[in-house]
Amino acid sequence: MSEAIKFLDPRPSVLSRRKDIIADLIDLLPPEALVHEARELVPFETDAFVAYRRVPLAVALPQTTAEVAAVMKYSHRYGIPVVPRGAGTSLSGGAIPQEDAVVLGLSRMTRILDIDYANRTATVQAGVTNLSISDAVSADGYFYAPDPSSQLACTIGGNIGMNSGGAHCLKYGVTTNNLLGVKMVLVDGTVIELGGKYLDAAGYDLLGLVCGSEGQLGIVTEATVRLIAKPKGARPVLFGFETSEEAGACVADVIAAGIIPVAIEFMDKPAIEICEAFAKAGYPLDVGALLIVEVEGSEAEMDATLASIVEIARRHGVKTVRECQSATEAALIWKGRKSAFGATGRISDYICMDGTVPLSQLSYVLKKTSEIIDRFGLRVANVFHAGDGNMHPLILFNANDPEDAARAEAAGNEILKLCVDAGGCLTGEHGVGIEKRDLMRHQYSEADLAQQMAVRAAFDPQWILNPSKVFPLEGRNAA
Amino acid sequence: MIDMMPATEEAAADIIRGHAAAGRPIAIYGGNTRSGLGSQLAGMDRLRSAGLSGVVAYNPGEMVMSVRAGTPLAEVEAALEENGQMMAFEPMDHRPAMGTSGVPTIGGIFAANVSGPRRFVAGAARDSLLGVRFINGKGELIAAGGRVMKNVTGLDLVKLMAGSQGTLGFLTEVTFKVLPRPKASATIVVSGLNDPQAAAAMATAMSLPVEVSGAAHLPQTVKARFLGGALPEGEATVLRLEGLEASVAVRADKLAADMERFGAVSKIRNEQSHVLWREIRDVMPYADGTQRPLWRVSVAPTAGHQLVAALRLEAGVDAYYDWQGGLVWMRMEADAEADALRRYIKALGGGHATLIRASDRVRSAVAAFEPLDPAVALLSRHVKEKLDPKGIFNPGKMTGAAS
Repeated sequence: MSEAIKFLDPRPSVLSRRKDIIADLIDLLPPEALVHEARELVPFETDAFVAYRRVPLAVALPQTTAEVAAVMKYSHRYGIPVVPRGAGTSLSGGAIPQEDAVVLGLSRMTRILDIDYANRTATVQAGVTNLSISDAVSADGYFYAPDPSSQLACTIGGNIGMNSGGAHCLKYGVTTNNLLGVKMVLVDGTVIELGGKYLDAAGYDLLGLVCGSEGQLGIVTEATVRLIAKPKGARPVLFGFETSEEAGACVADVIAAGIIPVAIEFMDKPAIEICEAFAKAGYPLDVGALLIVEVEGSEAEMDATLASIVEIARRHGVKTVRECQSATEAALIWKGRKSAFGATGRISDYICMDGTVPLSQLSYVLKKTSEIIDRFGLRVANVFHAGDGNMHPLILFNANDPEDAARAEAAGNEILKLCVDAGGCLTGEHGVGIEKRDLMRHQYSEADLAQQMAVRAAFDPQWILNPSKVFPLEGRNAA
Repeated sequence: MIDMMPATEEAAADIIRGHAAAGRPIAIYGGNTRSGLGSQLAGMDRLRSAGLSGVVAYNPGEMVMSVRAGTPLAEVEAALEENGQMMAFEPMDHRPAMGTSGVPTIGGIFAANVSGPRRFVAGAARDSLLGVRFINGKGELIAAGGRVMKNVTGLDLVKLMAGSQGTLGFLTEVTFKVLPRPKASATIVVSGLNDPQAAAAMATAMSLPVEVSGAAHLPQTVKARFLGGALPEGEATVLRLEGLEASVAVRADKLAADMERFGAVSKIRNEQSHVLWREIRDVMPYADGTQRPLWRVSVAPTAGHQLVAALRLEAGVDAYYDWQGGLVWMRMEADAEADALRRYIKALGGGHATLIRASDRVRSAVAAFEPLDPAVALLSRHVKEKLDPKGIFNPGKMTGAAS
């Protein structure tokens, strides 16, 4: 377990009242909605950023907005930190609790409340998984567009907290572009609604502010999201290149030519090997880099778009172009890509970076990344959303070797700084969490950060909502 | 009252610091083409963005543009046009309907979150906005967001600034996403549908895999005001398709075939289609030189025509619909009827109404922006205090003179 990243010191006033707090929460909630026995708390001590863990004071698993409001009202009154949690799939430690916190888990709020095809919306409770929205409407010809790799498990509430993206965001946007409204519980237990089935906000765009706020502004309990009619057809095509640089340059040229495929995914050689070994997706193993480009529309449209892309790829010396011949094959291609993190986890411990860079910087950043990794004597697999410049270097290391783990963290930090220096940002879709918190000053000035913290304080003046996250622990009083 | 037109961010910050120290309010202006929207800011010092002009960075291959806030919209659009690109959200021009003059600025577009017909599938101005630089009410330069398409680093102050009508800060620079301009455009016209039938037809069109990028219904009262009266006989329900020529042709045939069960179908192509959607965007039927109250109402698409039908029992209302029926442009014959309008919006599932135009008498009595639920209003006030602690930016513009 690594200790480089600090948490806030637990509030003694809360720890000393642990028994009373649990007794009070038992009174507030139905019996099955509270977890407080030591061994039952273990599953909640971390998320997908497993290098760090903290056992929470208790875990509340409410089933209604009213129960969430009751927990918030109580916690607010006594200054007890609250850490919201969806499915616990955060890669940045967004859902890791702390010793003095009540975890507010939304995983039992799993009802789909309304599907309205005429208005193209679905209204769901926050614990509904991302994929189950698309599953519920697929037979009727619709889907919900943001598709994070963890979509089988991750919840819509968590997606809103992190403003999650996915492979198909190039065309359809990320969560914030597909979110129409929320019901949320404010820090003092007040329930508000922002947005609805209509477009744009009356007043300030608080919905836009809440989306991606990492559970620091309130607890979203319900969401209304956009449904989109499924395209007639969709076809992923594999493009194999000798080098990562060629693949990167091809991506930039495709976009520059005014072609916006639904997705352009990038894998380097290590990533191809790892994913192919796991998914048997038919990825070519004799190439240095692979692009998965998905086009959609009618057969004629897909053919025309693909022809243009193939022409550009040839200019960059593409070695292999493979169109899939069946829906099964297409599914396999995506399975391979979406299981990249899991497949990597089978062969090694890893940390996943998430910086985004301008497209013109892709090749440069890939080259610099491999130099950094070499310098630290580590290995890396690159698998990412190339169309929007969102990079995911997976840094492989041995978690049982503290020195190796420290090296991986240090290399990761250098890579993220590289992304910022190249005109990009620390995180494209995974969120800051604890992982990138202490790098925030590399991207933002003191005034920028102080302004964000001040706005945060408008929602949560006591800083009890997910307080160890996003903002560096030092200098918070300035806000 | 003085006019201030700083040429640098530092100069703007100095001005704002001075006013904050003196507790002196400032009216923030771009091109002032929405003069008259919201509460009056009469007699205040005016801070204009016009001195902050010019493209900062534009690499068409990255589909991202950074521009100083006071840059004329026309200059931005010309640069994009030259590279075959556009702003996907299709910003409208308020001048014809509001009877105003002035030069629309890019900062004003984002400060007011101005979008057009494509908004319901391609997002609003706020969805394209990637980064901003602004001076807050303490006179500090704040940067938020960036110039990459995916960015979840910290709180999204970018969204907050979009649509805040100059009440939270003075925008100095905006960075936004652009898209390739579609090579071809076609519009399918379904004729003779009443409002509910049109709502059903538009919902059906949106359920098809043909990527409709505009869906409007033009009732009999407004129809003749479009394309110089050249639309076919009967009410016109219009559905736009854009993209590559061959693709548009295939999708247009498919959509036309599907729409035939609703009514007579005809097609409008490229240049005429562009003109039609520009007229829909800019509310040309109500660019009538009058001050009759004009509302912009956003509701769920299926609620739009129900709202108009309900109001018609009480008042003289003329209306047409964009965004699949969810954007209702509504001209009242006499009074603004704000209370009835807002009551029905609530009853029909919620939304918001903005009074875009009215006589001074009406404007002084009616809240131009939708009044907020008390808890949301309180939160909004707290947010405003964090950006503009002295309350010097456009005081009362969105909330009315009362607050």
